[in-house]
Amino acid sequence: MSLNLEMKHSRNVLVVRLNGELDHHTAEQVRYQIEDELGKDRYFHLVLNLKNLDFMDSSGLGMILGRYKKVSQLGGKMVLCSIQPSVYRLMEMSGLFKILPTFEDEQTAVSACGVAS
Amino acid sequence: MKQNVHKNFMELKFPSRSENEAFARVAVASFVSQLDPTMEELTDIKTVVSEAVTNAVIHGYENQEGMIYIRAEIDGSRISIQITDQGTGIMDVSEARQPLYTSKPELERSGMGFTIMENFMDEVTIHSKPGKGTTIYMVKFLKSHQQQKMAN
Repeated sequence: MSLNLEMKHSRNVLVVRLNGELDHHTAEQVRYQIEDELGKDRYFHLVLNLKNLDFMDSSGLGMILGRYKKVSQLGGKMVLCSIQPSVYRLMEMSGLFKILPTFEDEQTAVSACGVAS
Repeated sequence: MKQNVHKNFMELKFPSRSENEAFARVAVASFVSQLDPTMEELTDIKTVVSEAVTNAVIHGYENQEGMIYIRAEIDGSRISIQITDQGTGIMDVSEARQPLYTSKPELERSGMGFTIMENFMDEVTIHSKPGKGTTIYMVKFLKSHQQQKMAN
């Protein structure tokens, strides 16, 4: 029961793929890894690909909202893609989609950031 | 003829370490699986257990080590889950239940824990005494279980 993270970049967009379960225990590590990468100043926008995220609770919501604040403070855009039904329900219930746009797949999500910049 | 209602229970006790959050939700979900719940119901149960145990780790014991107790009961299609810590307790329970309320904003908490529990369960009761600890008692009726039984 853990989480691993894959990162790749596409011009000024950092793409993070989360695989596994995002809770209080794993959220901290994800936060540090994303912050570290964003701190390199090569990226402006953030895409979270949740295709292989099987579980998330309110600690995951907190981590996502935290990244959203950081990215948008610096004028970047943050979007989500490929959300599984179980995770989608939690996000919908908490009103996350009012601030974060969602896309079907990674490619569409990355190009959506490109259009905005 | 007297109908037998399926009854069962289990108890768990473990230290308040964050790595046990996953253990606790998987253990309760696997106990509940004997009722053949839907994926959605199972996710609801995993999520609320995760929320309550995380609260005990972060707020109850404030990252010091203490014990967390879980008791889960099955009574027909009714599932009840009781999660107890002997930590600091909650000063103002109705404030803690407010959506987006967090006592630790510096930790990137979403403040949605209790709201999620209330949405995913049929009943949520919080007993808390400052300095003594907190017990969260939650009930869920499995709808799919009853419907399946009736359809068969």
